[in-house]
Amino acid sequence: MGTVIVVTSGKGGVGKTTSSAAIGAALAQTGDSVALVDFDVGLRNLDLVLGAERRVVYDFVNVIQGQAKLSQALIRDKRIETLHLLAASQTRDKDALTEEGVEDVVGSLRETFDWVICDSPAGIERGAILAMRHADMAIVVTNPEVSSVRDSDRIIGLLDARTRRTEQGEAMEKHVLITRFDPTRAARGDMLAIDDVLEILSLPLIGIVPESQSVLKASNIGMPVVLADPSSDSARAYADAARRIKGESVDLAVPTVRRSLFGGLFRRAA
Amino acid sequence: MILRFFRLRRSAPVARDRLKVLLAHERAMTGRPDLVAVLREEILAVIRKHVPVDPGKVNVRADRDGSTSTLSVDIELSTMEPPRAAAA
Repeated sequence: MGTVIVVTSGKGGVGKTTSSAAIGAALAQTGDSVALVDFDVGLRNLDLVLGAERRVVYDFVNVIQGQAKLSQALIRDKRIETLHLLAASQTRDKDALTEEGVEDVVGSLRETFDWVICDSPAGIERGAILAMRHADMAIVVTNPEVSSVRDSDRIIGLLDARTRRTEQGEAMEKHVLITRFDPTRAARGDMLAIDDVLEILSLPLIGIVPESQSVLKASNIGMPVVLADPSSDSARAYADAARRIKGESVDLAVPTVRRSLFGGLFRRAA
Repeated sequence: MILRFFRLRRSAPVARDRLKVLLAHERAMTGRPDLVAVLREEILAVIRKHVPVDPGKVNVRADRDGSTSTLSVDIELSTMEPPRAAAA
């Protein structure tokens, strides 16, 4: 039986899809089998970030409505053979996902794959609730910025109230993944400190992904950053996060400005 | 000048403090997002039993300052006719 992980945030644009793709790919690179499921019906993007946008024949809604078998709808990644995608439907809306349909699909995936990663839509409505419904573990993607932290707090409240696990009185493992961390602004004292974010949200940290060109470039070419630029700080942060998800203990350092003091001053003055 | 520079330098602590106050309040409201509306209706119901109230002249405000939350209800009461008949 695999583990179901929801990647969620409340706020849009914080990096849920990018993080789902990168963590999924990193887990798959360790040899585990991974199914990435896009819950953002009507606004799918996981296919694009994975470079599989032209290979989507059947989607999540087709499977729920019985127009395709789950095995037909799963797209196997061309670069990592243990990585699979179940795309969201682009032409429907979120009401096309039914409670029972989602339960069946996630249940079947859990039997086949080591990890089922549910990429949640933004917001706190039906789509987001369905994405978290069957999760065993949650990754709350948060930017060190007031509106993102506030929305994360709201989502954490929903994780405690609306998931199958918590309804049954079982524990729900929740982690914060901080993305778009900017060491330069952090050094200036103009970005919420990691410790403050963790204290406010009262959750353990699974990784810190610095704001980076590598992540943007990876999306441009349709590759998870762990494949596109494996030596970049962001790729390493995701690879480390994947190892922590697997239960390994990996040291976690807050990214710092790497330029020399003079170089930094020079650049700012320029 | 130095103070100004110092203030400009650090917006993160301000962000942290604002968030802490806000979230403490929002968590207390969890499950009761409509608390203010419920209070408003029930308070009005009690007052209407005794005095006619024009719903347009009711002003309910929830406010918070640090760790205290306040609810202020302003109700403009309609002018009551003195009970002359009873006095006569």
